[in-house]
Amino acid sequence: MKYSYFPGCTLKNKAQELDRYGRDAAAALGIELEELPQWQCCGGVYPLSHDEIAIKLSSVRALAAARDDGTALVTLCSACHNVIKQVNHDMQTDDYVITRVNNYLAEDGIAYNGETRVLHYLELLRDEIGFDEIKQKVAMPLKGQKIGAYYGCLLLRPSGVMAMDDPEHPTIMEDLIAALGAQPVVYAQRNECCGGYLTLEDESIPKKRAAAILENARAQGAETIITACPLCYYNLKKHADGTGVEVKYFTELLARALGVKEGE
Amino acid sequence: MASTYTVTKEQILSISGVDPQKCMRCGKCSATCPSYDEMEYHPHQFVAMVEKGEIEKLMGSPSIYKCMSCMACIQRCPRQVEPAKLVEAIRLGVIRQQERNHLKPDDIPALLDPELPQQAIVSAMRKYTK
Amino acid sequence: MQKIGVFVCWCGSNIAATVDVKAVAEAARKVPGVVFSADYQYMCSEAGQGLIKDAIKEHGLTGVVVCSCSPRMHEATFRKAVQAVGLNPYMLEVANIREQCSWVHKDMATATEKAIALMQAAVAKVTLNTPLTAGTTPVTKRALVIGGGIAGMQTALDIADAGYEVDIVEAKPTIGGKMAQLDKTFPTLDCSSCIVTPKMVEVGQHEKIHIYSYSEVTQIKGFVGNFNVTIKRKARYVDEAKCTGCGACTEKCPSRKAPNEFNMGLNNRTAVYIPFAQAVPKVATIDPEYCIKLTKGKCGACAKICEAGAINYEAKDEYIEVEYGAIVAATGFEMIDVSPYDEYAYTQSPDVVTSLEYERLMNAAGPTGGHLLRPSDGKEPKTIVFIQCVGSRESCSSGEMRGKPYCSKVCCMYTAKHAMLTKDHYPDTDIYVFYIDVRTPGKNFDEFYRRAVEQYGVHYIKGAVGKVTPEGGKLKVQASDLILNEQLHIDADMVVLAGAIEPNKSARPLATMLTASMDTNDFFTEAHPKLRPVESPTAGVFLSGMCQGPKDIPETVAQAGAAASKVIGLLAKDHLVGNPCVAHSDEWMCNGCSQCETVCPYGAITYEEKEFRMPDRTTKVRRVAQVNPAVCQGCGACTVTCPSGAMDLNGFSNAEIMAEVDALCR
Repeated sequence: MKYSYFPGCTLKNKAQELDRYGRDAAAALGIELEELPQWQCCGGVYPLSHDEIAIKLSSVRALAAARDDGTALVTLCSACHNVIKQVNHDMQTDDYVITRVNNYLAEDGIAYNGETRVLHYLELLRDEIGFDEIKQKVAMPLKGQKIGAYYGCLLLRPSGVMAMDDPEHPTIMEDLIAALGAQPVVYAQRNECCGGYLTLEDESIPKKRAAAILENARAQGAETIITACPLCYYNLKKHADGTGVEVKYFTELLARALGVKEGE
Repeated sequence: MASTYTVTKEQILSISGVDPQKCMRCGKCSATCPSYDEMEYHPHQFVAMVEKGEIEKLMGSPSIYKCMSCMACIQRCPRQVEPAKLVEAIRLGVIRQQERNHLKPDDIPALLDPELPQQAIVSAMRKYTK
Repeated sequence: MQKIGVFVCWCGSNIAATVDVKAVAEAARKVPGVVFSADYQYMCSEAGQGLIKDAIKEHGLTGVVVCSCSPRMHEATFRKAVQAVGLNPYMLEVANIREQCSWVHKDMATATEKAIALMQAAVAKVTLNTPLTAGTTPVTKRALVIGGGIAGMQTALDIADAGYEVDIVEAKPTIGGKMAQLDKTFPTLDCSSCIVTPKMVEVGQHEKIHIYSYSEVTQIKGFVGNFNVTIKRKARYVDEAKCTGCGACTEKCPSRKAPNEFNMGLNNRTAVYIPFAQAVPKVATIDPEYCIKLTKGKCGACAKICEAGAINYEAKDEYIEVEYGAIVAATGFEMIDVSPYDEYAYTQSPDVVTSLEYERLMNAAGPTGGHLLRPSDGKEPKTIVFIQCVGSRESCSSGEMRGKPYCSKVCCMYTAKHAMLTKDHYPDTDIYVFYIDVRTPGKNFDEFYRRAVEQYGVHYIKGAVGKVTPEGGKLKVQASDLILNEQLHIDADMVVLAGAIEPNKSARPLATMLTASMDTNDFFTEAHPKLRPVESPTAGVFLSGMCQGPKDIPETVAQAGAAASKVIGLLAKDHLVGNPCVAHSDEWMCNGCSQCETVCPYGAITYEEKEFRMPDRTTKVRRVAQVNPAVCQGCGACTVTCPSGAMDLNGFSNAEIMAEVDALCR
């Protein structure tokens, strides 16, 4: 199975592990992730205003490239996924955006109308490969580990567009954790915000948020929490000392369970 | 800081695509907001104040830089009001004016932490500058 | 040649302000066949009707057109008026120049032109009308009530007390419904089971009432006065006639893991069970999903202990057919599944409960014997948060809606009740109620709610709960207080969710069987929201209780009685005058294709082999359609389906409709 892959800037830089483990695990699962030959930053955040067009152009270029390649577009970073998936939805449903974006892109000879299927790596695991299949391929089950999923905001919301899982009662990461042989721990704060980009200006807010999330995870019995977002990873990890909870990328645990993590 | 020119209620409604009249004053947005304590005006007040036309007050408030865009209020509003879109529209009303960027590229080096992901910088620039 | 009179109504200014009524009357005089026309302020008044009657007598009119409001308003009035002076009532047509003309137009010239066209169409039709006479059908003097909750029971009792036979079909093993599960009732705080169980006994003992418990309606045929209903009697594996309700079987049953529905699944029951002590009928039922004998073939403990020999593992579902004159829908309600609102952590903590579960936790016959103990650890809760409007009052503008657009009506009052009862038993409990609005319109209702605030010190907070986080044995509640403009953080021991009310799931398939209409929320629609509130638009079908919309017990009982009085009014008649506007088939044109039989929603059309004498003097047997005029409702589906034009509808014949269309297009 072949897919176009959009890594995004953070995965080329501070979050190289998220990317590397993701690629190794995909290879072990027989998935070919072909990085788009050219891609630009997704913009980091989806614009919540109706009249912002320019920010959406880079996502549309990536979407059009995947379409021309005849493949679905796979993302791994939660932020890239949120932006690209929402822009794709705009390009399917919002005439205002469709017209203006295509006017901009006409010079490049691009016309796009939301044809591409956008998949998060987790959706790839669940819907294209299947957790049962992954369970079969687990070489080193994460036996006895108590792992909490941390969804944050961007994978789930707005649920009508993201359509990955139930926004208040998600199970996709818990099901993955179970497939890897570990014990999933459900805790309420798993879909509450980590503080996001506010960390740049004022660290006190992510600090409070991280404390609430980590304490809740710990109290419900989690030893590790996993995330798909480099910014969540940063905000949580920075304040995890002394909480007894480890913060990891989900791809790291996946690679380890599949037996393809380097040095193991 | 007073704004240099007027942004009208109609402009805010147009930029945001929000209809504040759909609000039934339940307070779910402010109940769910993780940034509540950092804000002078809270999500439900953005809705009520925009409806009343008090755009100036909101534009002058630091609250517009405290929204994390986590979309919890958008997701959980029982009337699909989408308060975060009003916060964004008001902020754009400010930073789209000349010399009103909240964050300047020169400010950034001082804020950097070696581990900080690029995503945070890009997002903050998107949210705070034009 | 017809002699037609045209009467143009002003309807005060309703029509006359927008339509030039004199011009319409004048135009009428120029239409061929019209020999008289007049206009008048209120044609429906005594004087207006007198005008029509006098004109019929004076001018020998053979047809009448009234240009007025919708025929749904006054067609019956005018038909009676013309009949009084000897004209067949079906020689009258109403041209709707109000709802379809004056009310939707602003410009007088346009409106007048349209009114004239509508008048001309009506004249064209009445010119071709023929006198029609309605037949009569007998009425089966037995009523069916579907649902045995307080609504169904009250309707059945009122009909039975008037002397008519009533059957109740109840899906559960006992009647009693939701009211039997409630602890106390607002605003009087009288014990619910103390007032509902005598009703159940009365129903069970009434000589005119028969209860089909553990049964479902599976098919409904026929029409008002003559319904034929198939009832499925689900196998309960216990012979109702033999079972004495002693309960010995339930004590011996080794399968004890079935969720107890009566206690909202808060504890378990045995596979053979009697739902609760006061069940009617008080007979046991075997749950086939949990019975060891039925699932694994071994056991038989209940059969051994039963002295009456009532247990029968071989029992099968049975179907019976019964005739009824009237049917009452009393299918009741459920609380929505609150698990999609998992920001309240209902799926994450047993201490987050629904109001109905809370009701059982307070009830002396409930799983905790009436002691309020939280499900997780059996401790008394010290802080309880009540969340209102969980799934009620949600916007319906998006396809993603989790809840319902309406107010569920009973939650504000039962939550005040829960708060006060809790405070009565455990005065040092801290109680918070988060509300959007407190809605207490009802006799002594607002006083009741204020008592909770002023005498009991319940904290009513205008605001919402955003998140409930179970952590360390507590429920951390994050909420807004809109009056103080604060975000609150409360460590609670229990959270109670006032979930929205929705119609019982059986209502939709029942409505399909009844051809009764429903709204988008699956509540049954009434024939008129103000003037016919307990009747369905489908003749002979009546509505009782929550199946028509959220309502409390007093309202339900009042509506149940009203539905009963409508049923009694129907059953008191020996015959019903039918609708003469029924279909008929021209046997010579019928090609026997059966398409009309397939589309007929009432089963009014059958096919017969008949001998025909052909033009060449031979005899030929042909298969032709036959309409049963007593069953036909005149919907016209067959006439538009018939490819050979053999089907036609009295009063709305193809020729009449075409004449109307021609007149409009002229």
